[in-house]
Amino acid sequence: MLPVPTENYLMLGAILFTIGVIGVLIRRNPIVIFMCIELMLNAVNLTFIALGRHFGHVNGQMYVVFVMAVAAAEVAIGLGIIVAIFRQKETIDIDEVNLMKY
Amino acid sequence: MTGSVLLFWILASISVGSAILVVANRNPVRSALALVANFFVLALFYMTLSAQFIAAAQVIVYAGAIMVLFLFVIMLLNLGAPNAMNEKFGIQAPVAILLAVAFIGAIAGSGALVHGLVHTSATAETLANGGTVETIGRSLFDGHQPWLFPFEVTSILLLVGIVGSIVLAKRRI
Repeated sequence: MLPVPTENYLMLGAILFTIGVIGVLIRRNPIVIFMCIELMLNAVNLTFIALGRHFGHVNGQMYVVFVMAVAAAEVAIGLGIIVAIFRQKETIDIDEVNLMKY
Repeated sequence: MTGSVLLFWILASISVGSAILVVANRNPVRSALALVANFFVLALFYMTLSAQFIAAAQVIVYAGAIMVLFLFVIMLLNLGAPNAMNEKFGIQAPVAILLAVAFIGAIAGSGALVHGLVHTSATAETLANGGTVETIGRSLFDGHQPWLFPFEVTSILLLVGIVGSIVLAKRRI
């Protein structure tokens, strides 16, 4: 028997993921949007590890290793793009940055 | 209520509270610090889930490397002052919260949480050795398991990341 049911971890992961989604939807600062994306990735990691423990298998943790590598690369590229946009437009407000919209 | 259940609820409330602070704070530096707290609490969760290596990697990669990068960019672009960005939450905030409630309801009403998961096959032995460096490493480099090829592809991904950030940092793109 597991001391804490796996369903609790799954629900917590869902709540953290949803908070990240809210942040992506309502914030206009792209750095905070990136932080919310990290929040969502971490929520999914928590779900992976909880299910991996539930089934007594290491595969859940293997997925988390790869998610961490992808997150590191994504943050480096994303923040590089933000700095490049700031140098061109002197602002990073995502309502002002709509080059690819039209 | 045993100790581990109590620990779960304390950690869960801290993690949800710090996540809300990340979203609700107007100052990006405070958002970043709340995110560090959230990462540390998640590392503690991984410890309680007997994933020791992932917990250490969480602290090193997320709370160390990624957060340093975030704070560096915030300071570089001088966005740390409050009201540096004029954030107006117009119609977006209520719509987003409505969608979020619908999303949580959809997840809570979905299969695993309503009907319960299949019975766990975890034993005390698999939990004790569940996430040591040895277990992870043996699984990662085992030829009979599918993780070796993704591991090599990850090195290419990181190389692309390095080249991409150097190209983006050039003066004229």
